[in-house]
Amino acid sequence: MKYMFEIVCLLLIVGIFVLTQVISNQFYFFIGFVILQYMVLATAWNILGGYAGYVNFGSAGFLATGAYTSVALINFLDIGLIEQMIIGGAMAGLLGLITGYLTLRLRGVYFAIATLALAIILETVVAHWDYVGGAAGTSILPKRKPELFDIMIVDRKTGVFANYKEYLFFLMGTVAVLSVWIARYIEQSKLGRGLNAIKDSEEAAECMGVPTLRLKLIATTISGAMMGVAGAPLASYLTFIDPLSAFNLEYAVNAIAMPMIGGTVSWMGPVIGALLLGTAQQVSSLWIQSELNLLIVGVLLVVFVIIAPEGIVGWFRKSRQGSRR
Amino acid sequence: MATFIDLLLNALVIGILLGGFYAALSIGLSITFGLLDVVNIAHPTILVLGAFIAYILNTSLGIDPILAGLIATPFFFVFGWLIYQVYYNAFEKSGSESLRGLAFFFGLLFIIEVGLIIQFGVDHRLVEAPYIGESWNIVIGEEIDVAIPFRLLVAFVVAAIATLAIQVYLTRTFFGRAVRAVAQDMMALRLMGVDPIRVKRIAFALGVATAGIGGALMIIVLPIEPSVGRLYIGNVFAIVVLGGLGSISGTLLAAVIIGIAESIVATFFGPSWSPAVSFGILLAVLALRPEGLFGKTAGAH
Repeated sequence: MKYMFEIVCLLLIVGIFVLTQVISNQFYFFIGFVILQYMVLATAWNILGGYAGYVNFGSAGFLATGAYTSVALINFLDIGLIEQMIIGGAMAGLLGLITGYLTLRLRGVYFAIATLALAIILETVVAHWDYVGGAAGTSILPKRKPELFDIMIVDRKTGVFANYKEYLFFLMGTVAVLSVWIARYIEQSKLGRGLNAIKDSEEAAECMGVPTLRLKLIATTISGAMMGVAGAPLASYLTFIDPLSAFNLEYAVNAIAMPMIGGTVSWMGPVIGALLLGTAQQVSSLWIQSELNLLIVGVLLVVFVIIAPEGIVGWFRKSRQGSRR
Repeated sequence: MATFIDLLLNALVIGILLGGFYAALSIGLSITFGLLDVVNIAHPTILVLGAFIAYILNTSLGIDPILAGLIATPFFFVFGWLIYQVYYNAFEKSGSESLRGLAFFFGLLFIIEVGLIIQFGVDHRLVEAPYIGESWNIVIGEEIDVAIPFRLLVAFVVAAIATLAIQVYLTRTFFGRAVRAVAQDMMALRLMGVDPIRVKRIAFALGVATAGIGGALMIIVLPIEPSVGRLYIGNVFAIVVLGGLGSISGTLLAAVIIGIAESIVATFFGPSWSPAVSFGILLAVLALRPEGLFGKTAGAH
């Protein structure tokens, strides 16, 4: 069936909605949000890193661009979450486009270093920008009784969702499904094949008439925008934001580790990586100190990069091919 | 006006000294990244590891930090040797170093940093030595006097000696020439009957070994905590790229430029802006002049 995947996506979104109505323990939404956020981040990273072979070390910078755009918007306009996510995504996408323009004429290594530089410059600027809290941070109170098209969204009695955690979980779940759909679409489209050609040999791709610069710019823009969308609700989720939490290295590391461990060649890799690593980290953070947790992620990343270059997905494919023989 | 000149003069002097210190931090990367084309993004974090070794030797045994750095150097040489061994076998041999090699070094950076946090926490650590805290005042005129902190002066002198030694080693010795030959044309070297991988391995180990002294200087100049390595990424990569990849004298000059820029910004706008300076220069160089100021092309197609 042609639209099988789209139908599964729709069913998933409906399923996520049902979950918010059935489960009453807020803890699941609290950790579920983070796992879904990582899924978006990993999927976004993989569009550039996995398909085109351009490593982004500054994922946290794009995420924080989304987060701080919404902080500024809340302070300035007091608008709702969905608008924040759209505008936050647009800003991060613009940032991705600019980064691409500045660095993509260079070899991939320089792109990686440039993204890192960008994240740290942004962090320094935000730390000095008092309107969004500066270095000390600011607390964000989610809008009380938000409405969308005259429907009460969040209210204990009359709203669609009983509280903000459920609403945030639903939004992030929808974004996660959408971004996986986008990644899969890109993978199977001409854009994906072009990016793959760039990964294999940029010179050869150029010679064959692949518009490499344009494809790369499209990829940086989409990837950045997706990260921005994932970051936009961060302030509302934490109800507090400071540069340290928004530009956390944890994001940059996980954004790389999850696709690498899951497998970079297909859209499934980041999803599997995010589900496994994200769940493991969230659950284990209950009894392991969070630094140790991150150390495990780092070690896993290095081990996987060395022994299983195609990640878990590649592993399965290989063993399946092996059994067929 | 006099105070302005005073500030500017002090900023310049500090900047030059700082530049020497930065050169010592960058020289290892100039070898590994500039000459060997291995993007060791973990280099600044390995320097922080060196700083912590100097800290341990200093606080537990009372050894002078610079001596401690010298003691640590052979260990870093072995460490670098091992890193390159893994890197070569896992990535370079199969030609898949670009994406996975970067992720490997990023993971390494992360493991060292988090390991240090688990062991030492996030508090700032510092060492004790007679020259730390003292400074030398030169009175030039009314309201104008230049203060030269000894810790920066020591760092500058040690850095200058180390840089000079490496420069002489690379240009005057047989092995040093072999390293530069690897950078120029690996195939030609292979045809001459030399094993380029062996040369690269030793050169990489040498680059990492500089983290012994570099780390010691790091903790002499400023108190250290595990995550500062990330901030130094901006400095060292900006310097190596600006200096023209692999050019040792270019590295020194670029380091002084970055040092002065950072010191002037810190003096007139506040030290919390300094990370933005080096990373900003790095971005600008990458975008506008990737071949650096004095060297070979960095990586344009």
